[in-house]
Amino acid sequence: MATSSEAISLLLVTLAKVAVVLFILLTAIAYLVWVERKVVAHIQSRWGPYLVAPHGLLQPLADGLKFLFKEDIVPTEADRLVYWLAPFLAFTLAFLSISVIPFGESFQWRGHELFQITDLNVGVLFVLAVTSLGVYGIVLAGWASNSKYPLFGGLRSSAQMISYELSLGLALVGVVMVSGTLSLRRIVELQSGVWHAGSHSTFLPHWNVLVQPVGFLVYFTSAIAETNRVPFDLPEGETELVAGFHTEYSSFKFALFFIAEYANMVTVSCLATLLFFGGWLGPVFGPSWLHPLLSVFWFCLKVFCFLFFYIWMRGTLPRFRYDQLMAFGWKFLLPVGLLNILVTSFLLAWQSS
Amino acid sequence: MVPVSHYLLLSVVLFSLGVAGFLIRRNVITVFMSIELMLNAVNLAFVAFSRHLGNLDGQLFVFFVIVVAAAEAAVGLAIIIALYRTRESLSVDDLDSMKL
Amino acid sequence: MAALFYIVAGVAVLAALSVVLQRTPVYSALSLIVVLCSLAVLYLLIGAEFLAVIQVIVYAGAIMVLFVLVIMLLNARRETPGDRSRLAPLLGAPLLAVFLAEFFFVIVKQLPRGSESSAAPLDSGPAAIGGLLFRNYVLPFEVTSVLILVAILGAVVLAKKEL
Repeated sequence: MATSSEAISLLLVTLAKVAVVLFILLTAIAYLVWVERKVVAHIQSRWGPYLVAPHGLLQPLADGLKFLFKEDIVPTEADRLVYWLAPFLAFTLAFLSISVIPFGESFQWRGHELFQITDLNVGVLFVLAVTSLGVYGIVLAGWASNSKYPLFGGLRSSAQMISYELSLGLALVGVVMVSGTLSLRRIVELQSGVWHAGSHSTFLPHWNVLVQPVGFLVYFTSAIAETNRVPFDLPEGETELVAGFHTEYSSFKFALFFIAEYANMVTVSCLATLLFFGGWLGPVFGPSWLHPLLSVFWFCLKVFCFLFFYIWMRGTLPRFRYDQLMAFGWKFLLPVGLLNILVTSFLLAWQSS
Repeated sequence: MVPVSHYLLLSVVLFSLGVAGFLIRRNVITVFMSIELMLNAVNLAFVAFSRHLGNLDGQLFVFFVIVVAAAEAAVGLAIIIALYRTRESLSVDDLDSMKL
Repeated sequence: MAALFYIVAGVAVLAALSVVLQRTPVYSALSLIVVLCSLAVLYLLIGAEFLAVIQVIVYAGAIMVLFVLVIMLLNARRETPGDRSRLAPLLGAPLLAVFLAEFFFVIVKQLPRGSESSAAPLDSGPAAIGGLLFRNYVLPFEVTSVLILVAILGAVVLAKKEL
């Protein structure tokens, strides 16, 4: 049992870590929105935000102020309690899964791990559990608005998220089988080093994406569907459902949904980086004090690549039709995920015998 | 360390509340949810005993209970949807005849 | 640890009460999700962390989403009490009292009060559970897969309008 002074210092350090991560993440999300607007604009040969500061760099601040000062409207027939609860639920759950993500190589300060809020030995499952709860925010928002388009959006998204959660989980099973652990930190550590062809070492890193390419494709496709992004943004498809589940939301509550969606994108990209692309592993050089910072840099760079890919998709792909979406999830992704597990387990058994 | 009897008391209270809900509520979905509550109360007792006796079998039973509960929810909710389609009501008072 | 148990247990009981007493099905469902999550916390306290995560993923994340989906699909609003509804609490309350008394009697009689667990802490990680599941309980495990298959077919047959 820890003594009380140890417990207090643990509490203080954890709170400090949470505050720092929350601050960085919120700022990153604000600028992610700016990056998205800029990138999509350039894909479509437009300028994007340009007025607020050079290149619209203060646009996130202006957006934030706009959200805060708009009138907060609650529909008359809405279920007040659930209407309030839904955006906070979505926001909290979106940020909860960040707490087990390791941002860099193990870096201890007085016995406290600095680059991770907490290391669970079932980290992968924890993220999966929190994501599976994330659907409630959207469903309840759709129901509580007591309006037909949000209700359709909520129904669509709950069906969609249950369906794609299956293939998401199945895609992770392959990685877990190869690694033999559920701890995110351990999974990354197992990906260090390079491939060996016979006695020669190649330049290819020992990342899981090369061991589990099918698993990665299934994971990332279903993850995009889980985060309700193009081309799977049926729950909020504006041409069909006005704005889907958040049609009736305005002001601060709408901002919470908005932030939650981008936080989910960040989580998904972090998980993809950790599980398939070697997390914080990358070339290290320079003096030894630089190494932990470099690891964080590599991690952020990889995560940013995934986020850029998200935006790129949005600028490129059209939306699925609803029946196509369901057929794709159940008749293609799910069988492929199952097949991947089967092949992986056969190969593992063959290797060990 | 919390004694196992407290876990069991909690389990009993939850189970009894499940029974109460099963008897009191008229909406067939809420009745169904009361059954889920009872199943969970039993699961808690399983886990508490598993810890008390130092035997992992109790936790394994919980897995089986969860699997059966998932299957039960799928079939049960399908039945509720089918019932609603013919009776247009979710009240158990209206679901009292074997044939239409 | 002990204080946390009593807080979470209190939350679980309050939420369970709310499941039973709410007239709007969505509120009941939300309360049930709170019960399920607080039970997951209790599993964590006991040391069954794998089970806790599974409880959240399967129960709160899948089964209850299905419930909420059906409630929304059938647009189940506040229930209205019928004639026979008034009879239910009259019969239910005594039955409940008998149930509770019986359980309390058994627990108080069988278990010495405040009995500490004498057993050593268990390794209840995924590896231990998986080993047990695929060695000692292979047959039940395979049978449950058949059960799930039957349930899938049954659900499709029941809920589909025309086959």
